[in-house]
Formats: sequence, C-alpha cells, structure tokens
Amino acid sequence: MPVRPTAAPLLLATLLTATALSACGSGSGSDPDTVKVSFKQSTDNSIRVMDTYLGEMKKEFEKANPGKKVELVPIKAPDSEYYTKLQQMLRSPKTAPDLVYEDTFLINSDITSGYLKPLDPYLDKWPDWNQFVDTAQSAAKAQDGKTYGVPDGTDTRGLWFDKDIFKKAGLPADWQPKTWDEVLAAARTIKAKVPGVTPLNVYTGKPAGEAATMQGFEMLLYGTGDGTSDPLYDTASKKWIAGSRAFKDALTFVHTVYKEKLGPDVSDALDPNFPTTVRGELMPKGKLGINLDGSWLPQDWLKGAGHEWPEWSQKLGLAYMPTQTGQAPGKVSMSGGWTWSIPAKASNPDLAFKFIETMQTKANAQKWYIANSGIAVRKDVASDPGYVKAQPGIKFFTDLVASTHYRPAYPAYPKVSTAIQEAMEGVTTGDSSVDKAASGYDEELKTATDNQVIRK
Amino acid sequence: MRLRRTLTRALPLTPAVALLLLFLAGPIAYCAYIAFTDLQLTGQAHSSFVGLENFRTAFKDDAFLNAVWLTLVFTVLSSLVGQNTLGLALASLMQRASKPVRTVVGGIVITAWVLPEVVAGFLLYAFFRREGTLNAILDWLHLPTQNWLFTLPILAVSFANVWRGTAFSMLVYSAALNEIPKEITEAAEVDGAGGWRRMWHITLPMIRRSIGTNLMLNTLQTLSVFGLIWVMTRGGPGNRSQTLPLFMYEQAFQKSMIGYGTAVALLLLVVGSLFSLVYMRLLRTEV
Repeated sequence: MPVRPTAAPLLLATLLTATALSACGSGSGSDPDTVKVSFKQSTDNSIRVMDTYLGEMKKEFEKANPGKKVELVPIKAPDSEYYTKLQQMLRSPKTAPDLVYEDTFLINSDITSGYLKPLDPYLDKWPDWNQFVDTAQSAAKAQDGKTYGVPDGTDTRGLWFDKDIFKKAGLPADWQPKTWDEVLAAARTIKAKVPGVTPLNVYTGKPAGEAATMQGFEMLLYGTGDGTSDPLYDTASKKWIAGSRAFKDALTFVHTVYKEKLGPDVSDALDPNFPTTVRGELMPKGKLGINLDGSWLPQDWLKGAGHEWPEWSQKLGLAYMPTQTGQAPGKVSMSGGWTWSIPAKASNPDLAFKFIETMQTKANAQKWYIANSGIAVRKDVASDPGYVKAQPGIKFFTDLVASTHYRPAYPAYPKVSTAIQEAMEGVTTGDSSVDKAASGYDEELKTATDNQVIRK
Repeated sequence: MRLRRTLTRALPLTPAVALLLLFLAGPIAYCAYIAFTDLQLTGQAHSSFVGLENFRTAFKDDAFLNAVWLTLVFTVLSSLVGQNTLGLALASLMQRASKPVRTVVGGIVITAWVLPEVVAGFLLYAFFRREGTLNAILDWLHLPTQNWLFTLPILAVSFANVWRGTAFSMLVYSAALNEIPKEITEAAEVDGAGGWRRMWHITLPMIRRSIGTNLMLNTLQTLSVFGLIWVMTRGGPGNRSQTLPLFMYEQAFQKSMIGYGTAVALLLLVVGSLFSLVYMRLLRTEV
C-alpha cells in the first residue's frame, strides 16, 4: 500500500525549511538607539589608550543623551588585517557599524567602493568644523569634492635617537644630520663603538605593511627633490611615476642599511610584530641607536599605557629627517592620520555623527591628541599652551607640519604601497639588487594602476 | 504512482537539500563566477566580467609560479614523504611494541594532531626561532646555530606539518595493519622471509587501498594548510614559504583583488584534482 502524502509532513517540511532559512537573516539586528563604533585595538594587550578614551566618551555621550547607547566593537589586529576585516564588514548593512575608524591611506579606496557616506550635510551644520585646519579638512575629501571623514589628529615623522648610545659612540647630544650620508655615518659610528645595539632602524618589507612604506621608504623618497613635486604621482599627467632615479636612490639607502648590518637583523625586521617590539622593548631598554619613526611613539610610554617609561624624554633626542643632500627645504616629513567616518550602510548615521561631535569638542579633542600623542588638527587646540606643554616632543612634531607631505590619496595607492614594500623586502633580504627591485616595482605598478604609468 | 512515491519519499530531504543549495552550492557557484571578474574588496565602484584575464595574469606572474613550486615542495616533503612514511613506520613499530610503549607513543603523536593549528604553529615557531629550543639544543651540542625560519623557511614549515599531521597516517595504517591475517605473516616467516621482504611482498600489497586513501586525504589536507604557515612565517621572508593558500590570501585580502585570488583558488583545486588522479591511477586495486 503506497504511502499517501498527507498535509502534515508537507507542512512540516516547508516550515522547517522556512525557519532554517530565515534564522540566518536577522543576525545583527540594528537598534535605533545604539551607535556601533568599530575601532582598531592594539595587538599589544597592555596598550589600551583608545579603549580608555572611547570608554570615557561613551559615558559622556550616554549621560548627555538619555536612552541612547554606544556599543564599542574593537577589532584587534595588525593594521593590514584591520583594513581587511573592516572592508568586509562595510559590504553589508547587516554587519556595517555606525561609525568606523578609517586610515586616511585607505579612505579613498573605500570611498570609491561606495562604502562611506558623505558628511557634508552634517558638517555644514557643525560650527566646530571651521576650527579644523585646511589640510585636515581635505584629508578625507574625495575626488568628487565631498568630505567623508572627520580627522582625529594627524602625525609627522622624524628621527628618534638614544642619548646614552650617542654618548658612548662619541656623537653629539644635540645631533641633527643635514644629509642622508650623515645619518648613515652616525649609524656606522654606533656599529663600530657600541656593540650589542641596533644602530639604525628603518622599517621595511611586507610584514611591516604601511609602516615600511611611510615611515621607511617615503621619508626617504620625498626628501629627494625640492619638496614641491610629488615623486610618486605626477599630478600633471595624472599618472604614477615609474623608473625614477629618486626611487632607486631611496632603495639604495635601505639596501645599504641592511647590507652593512646597520639595521636590525633581517629576520627581526621582517617579523610582522617588529614595530611593537621596537616601541615596547628595544627603545625603552636602550637597544636602538636611531629610529626613523612617527610622532605617536610616546603614547605607549605614558602613564597607564603598557610600557610606562616616564624617563623617555630625558633618554631620547629628536632630529628631523634631512633631505638627501641637504638641498632646500632641508627637512622632510610625511603625514597621515585617521578619521571617523560613517559607513554608507550604517543604520544610525545621525546618531553616529552626534557621537563624532561629542568626541571632537575642543576639550575632548585635546584630551585625545595628548593621550595618543597625536598632532592637533584643531586651530584652537594647537595654540592652547595646555596642549603645547603637555608633552615633550609635541612642539617638535607640530612644527614639522610646515614641511610635511601627504601620500597621493588615490584608490590605487594601497596597491602601490604593497609594491613598494615588495621592492624594499627584495633589497633587504639581498634577494634582489636595487635595479632588479626597481624594475620589479615598475612591473607591479602597471598592474596596480591599470597602466597609468609615466617614466620620468 | 511510482513517481509520486519517489517524490513523497524525497520530501523529508527538501530542507536539507535547500540548505545545501543555499550554503554550499550557492557560494561555490558564486566563487567560480567571481574568478572571471575583476572584483575588488575596495577601490572600485563596479566590477566587470573579464573572462580568462585572471588566469592569464596568474601564469605570467612569477609570484604565482613560485607559490605553485613551493606548494609542490611542501606537499611532497611533508605529506608524501614525511607524514606518510613516518606514519607507516610508527604503525609497524607499534604493532610489535608492548602496551605501555604503544600508549605513550600513540598519546604523544595524537596530542600533536589534536592541538589547534594556531597553537601548533606557535609551538613550532618557538622551536625554530632564533632564540628557540632547536638552537638551544644545537648550542649545547656546540653545533652552529641559525635562524631556521629565515634560512630554510619552507623546510621548517614542512617539518612542522609532519610533526602535526603524522598521527592521522599512523591511525590509518594501524587499522590497516591489524586487518592483515596473522597466518599469512607467520607463513612467510616460516618460509624464511626477513622483515623487509615481508614488508615489501606482503604488508604493502595488502594495505594498498589504505595507502591510496591516506595519500589522497593527506595531500588534500596539506595543499590547503594556511594557519600553520601563517603563524610561523606569514609566507616570508620575501615569499620563500608562500604556498598557494597564502598567495591567495595575499592577493584577495591584502591587495584587495578578490577576483584574482578566487581564480588562484580554482587553480589550487586543479592541483588537488591532479594529485588525486595520479593516486587513483597508481593504486588501482585490480593488478
């Protein structure tokens, strides 16, 4: 006797399927009274500068806006993996937070992808926006003329040196090199006279990511010309520059550092966590002579940070990075920074901007610049003695803003940056000569920029 | 009538089939489609269909060819030679060992296998790194030390994979060896066949099928190892330990070229099927 299909199993099967399918449809569920904020958490567990600050902001915001909540969503990862994770979150309204922390190096890429919301309607109604310096206002301005982020400070870069090591090597305590050769000469002196320390650190290779490109390579490359034209991107023809003399010169510097063993051991330099090691171990323990690095280093050494090191300002000296041969303008620095942006797929954009306003009041912005050793982008803070005197070094790095350069903020930049890291890595390991690494870059550049390449 | 019965019987399967289509076949088909587009994770407003462009790029890309070569080295060294031979050797030795020895050895080998991949990766990283255990031992023996992860990265990660994956082969072969009737081995012994000859003429032919299965599973597993290498070397230094899965990750997620990365993933699938085909041909049971 054949079994008759009755309604019951049919119904049951349909129901089962339906529930199974809908169960994964409403994952995150957006609450209209909650702002979800994604930010990058340090991979060093003892460093919680940003977590602490955002915790305070959350309290202040919830007190001022009863019934509204802030949910902090930390992403704990090295920079490059943070970007990846964030981009994947931004692709869907289900996972997009309401507020994201974006690196200006990638923001144009994300704008082109349509991941972010233009903030102009909000900024027009926000009086504090006029306090932001021009460069900061355009930090997150896209090619369509709209603004997509509010910067929470900027940064500059220079040479940090260890006064004790310099003393042992017989170098001056007020050291200020005028050319690249003088930087190398000091490193050679340290190598000869102070055994057991790393003379000079220049970040390099793919594991260090953007730190290698910006703190390492571009600090050299942008010091090759007269400081007015961009050595990576030709604005006149709107093309990326390949095969330049300047590029090879900068590579040669990196090559020299590692070939003559003036830098860290190559295997250390190519360890992805090396930047953390430099700040947390090598510098506080007096194991590094000269470090080409950013203005934000002291944030790890402040009170309450993981590697408290209050003596740093007596132990370390600062010098600006000189141009290649000392030609005008004499000094060079790169600037970047991070912005607060609202994803295009955010569920509560208005509330998110309200939270930006809370974070960017004069008092709160000042608190943040100081806490994270950032350089002020608000005019009222920059001229506030409370900020200028808050930390040794702030004045030095704020003055560098006058001679700083910004990276070419085009969607292709992240790929160009990776190509630079590969070229650096080749000359660091000694796998390729400078010429070979440079021609490898030229090839990669064509792929990365869809053949928008010019020879100069 | 017949048809209706079949349909009725298939009815309870519909939820499962629907779910499989949605969560397995769907993504796979989508993946195959992406491989023929220039989709990016970021930096583009629209993606477009580019046909075989990604595959053409791959075969012109030195880094890809390097990854294929390293994948072959890694697979042959750690799976074919390492895990397989060592697993068989351990299984044979344990056949004759006393119970406590069996328990202890088996326990140690299986522990290495059940550890999460990342934990195993860190352990081996700690073993090979410059201030690591291996160098400490060499130092104590007054032998020259070096930074293994830097000088011989592909060998270091291959060794790590052997260390981690041998247990599986050992279990498969232990089971296979237990299947061999005692009478046959005893008869061979009476006829005066030595250990090697017994191995070659009796044991191996009789566990032939298990060898095939084991090789196949092992190879496919090894081809897709990612976490272990990522933790130990990240594919570096340079790209000297960048096997295909790591290369794929770099293209798709670090350089945001999802389309290209997916195309490479499909090529990895091809490499896997080639291995499988070879094994099937070599180990056909009808002699």
